[in-house]
Amino acid sequence: MNRLLTVSPSPHVKGHDSVRSIMYGVVISLIPALGVAVYFFGLDALKLTLIAVIASVIFEWLIHKFILKERPASAFDGSAIITGMLLAFNVPSNLPVWMLVVGALVAVGVGKMSFGGLGKNIFNPALVGRVFMLISWPVEMTTWPANRFHLTDGYTGATPLGMIKEGIGNGKTVSELMDQVPTALDFFVGNMSGSLGEISALAILIGGIYMLMRKIITWHAPISIFGTVFIFSAIMHTINPEMYPAPLFHLLTGGLFIGAIYMATDMVTSPMTGKGQIIFGVGIGVITMLIRYWGAYPEGVSFAILIMNATVPIINRYTKPQRFGEEVNNG
Amino acid sequence: MLKTFKIGGVHPEENKLSAGAAIEQLPLPDTVSIPVAQHIGAPAKVLVKRNDKVKVGTIIAESGGFVSANIHSSVSGVVQKIDNVYDASGYRRQAVIIKVEGDEWEESIDQSTDVKKEITLSQKEIIDQVNAMGVVGLGGATFPTHVKLMVPDGKKAEVLLINGVECEPYLTADHRLMLEKGHEMMIGIRILMKALGIVKAAIGIENNKPDAIKTLQKISVEYPGIDIVSLKVKYPQGGEKQLIKAVINREVPSGKLPIEVGAVVQNVGTAFAVYEAVQKSKPLIERIVTVTGKSVSKPSNLLVRIGTPVSKLIEAAGGLPDDTGKVVSGGPMMGKALNDLEAPVTKGTSGVLIFADKEAHRKAYDACIRCGKCITACPMGLEPFLLMSYAEQQMWKEAEDDKIMDCIECGSCSFTCPSYRPLLDYIRLGKSNVSQIIRSRKQ
Repeated sequence: MNRLLTVSPSPHVKGHDSVRSIMYGVVISLIPALGVAVYFFGLDALKLTLIAVIASVIFEWLIHKFILKERPASAFDGSAIITGMLLAFNVPSNLPVWMLVVGALVAVGVGKMSFGGLGKNIFNPALVGRVFMLISWPVEMTTWPANRFHLTDGYTGATPLGMIKEGIGNGKTVSELMDQVPTALDFFVGNMSGSLGEISALAILIGGIYMLMRKIITWHAPISIFGTVFIFSAIMHTINPEMYPAPLFHLLTGGLFIGAIYMATDMVTSPMTGKGQIIFGVGIGVITMLIRYWGAYPEGVSFAILIMNATVPIINRYTKPQRFGEEVNNG
Repeated sequence: MLKTFKIGGVHPEENKLSAGAAIEQLPLPDTVSIPVAQHIGAPAKVLVKRNDKVKVGTIIAESGGFVSANIHSSVSGVVQKIDNVYDASGYRRQAVIIKVEGDEWEESIDQSTDVKKEITLSQKEIIDQVNAMGVVGLGGATFPTHVKLMVPDGKKAEVLLINGVECEPYLTADHRLMLEKGHEMMIGIRILMKALGIVKAAIGIENNKPDAIKTLQKISVEYPGIDIVSLKVKYPQGGEKQLIKAVINREVPSGKLPIEVGAVVQNVGTAFAVYEAVQKSKPLIERIVTVTGKSVSKPSNLLVRIGTPVSKLIEAAGGLPDDTGKVVSGGPMMGKALNDLEAPVTKGTSGVLIFADKEAHRKAYDACIRCGKCITACPMGLEPFLLMSYAEQQMWKEAEDDKIMDCIECGSCSFTCPSYRPLLDYIRLGKSNVSQIIRSRKQ
């Protein structure tokens, strides 16, 4: 019975979750949204997604190998694939490929690796890349192709949010403008103009439910974002329905769904506790609506999430979990 | 809805491979090594010397302080030497080594198997007898039982909680005990109730042991004041504070003992040991040990004399499998890996768990991805990722402020971490440093 035994401290068993299983879980959950993108925008959508994924993985591998000089295997843990997919999902399907590749370099290089890699970045990498592209190439990033199914005559390919914002600016009323945008059902399935992966609330919702079931995300951030946007827009709509569209319009348009379900639930850049995630989500909802109503851009989800990313350390500090035996109520 | 504790918890695979194996008496070994420090508190002082003859039940070391326990010989034979031997902690500790000759018991011990129901001893006599017989908590912490029975001035015991949870995966010793020694255990609980002067007791059992729940429910009509409470399976429900929360919904305040909320917690094995000590005058000289593992040919529950080498238990369970990589004393979540299979079974040994080599190693760990799963898993509401960082950076004050000393070392954080981070290792390091700082402050 003399043999060398492994001696290590407890616990001696391990749960099944790993970084890889979580990251590939997210990748799987993005497939419905990718399917919808291909359906509405054709193979361009698939092409851009593949290019963004490959570029992100290669950039991460190169930076690991030649700059950080660490084991480059972590480029394949799945997180770079998610960054690439989400980046592609946030651009118009006719964006020049080179812009997307530069975007991927900024997303991975600046957004993630400059902080030391996975787990250490403050801001969501895909959003860093997207905002960089939006500011650098404002025209290309906001010129959407009409999707394959023109429902309305004279449908220009502007996003519903953009049309409303421009129309209100030109003195039109919401009810006049509403005739020109698709219906709520179109919004829900994704039959509208927009960035390629953000259009279908339904597909994103399916992905979100899958992630909830696999316990990759929790409900706190998405629900508090939706709730805040709903309440905020309901109040404004009640005050002046001709200036401010109904809550459902704000919920289903733009990048709110993909932002709330994928970006605001990014483990690395969101608060650690449910309490913190609710504060984070309310902040995102409020900032999004402030930008949509009164900002220079028609859409503000990306900015809102990046701004709230910066507050995460302080949110974490003030939202400790409830300690056992701290508030004792033994009645 | 079934009761359970509220904050945190995980669900490791249960793997109760030996649940169907009836308790078997392990044959006597050739020699036993009985350590003098088998309990929390001061080590016992050795009373015997080389060549002394001892019987089963002869006291060989006496309690070394208020929080300490007597040690009795578990075999009859001759004291070979007093020496330091490796125990489950991995350290060499003082032990009495006895060469076994026959099986002669002290006359005072009632060896019959008759169930003696009537409790004749008074409250004080019970506590003295439990103390004399060296009974300690058999759930793993090995806290001397008589100390728990002496309620401090100003505090009042209201309810006795009996821990039949056995939340550690693989282990089935308590399960088998509840099935096979139900009456003795119930009488033990009645004795403990009398010692504490209370009329209410509850046995908490997880509902993965429906046969034990049913058996005890059936016989509990004969023992007034004892409730059987079925609990939802969740680790670490056998933790004292978690069990109290689950069964009577009271929270023991941070840094305090269960008596603060009127509760006293004892393990089912301890209740049985109390029965034997009080009704049969039998010292704590043997216990039930689960020997198990996926490659073990005959997962077993063995009745083992204290001091028996672990290797003898493994032989009885079909021998050490060829693919063995690690042998753990205790359960997979909180047990200690052995470096020497000749280490003796002690009062706190609940299981011997054998892992194959492929299960024995840890993977390299990655950066924290801030998923928060450790926070969700922590049954004490702590932030393990943060406590680990504090320990890495030697930020002891911050660690203390964030309640590192509340950690019960259940291992749920390390179990759940997707980056395989050694959270509990660092938290232990932090706890030992912080407790030193706290001690030096008091001086």
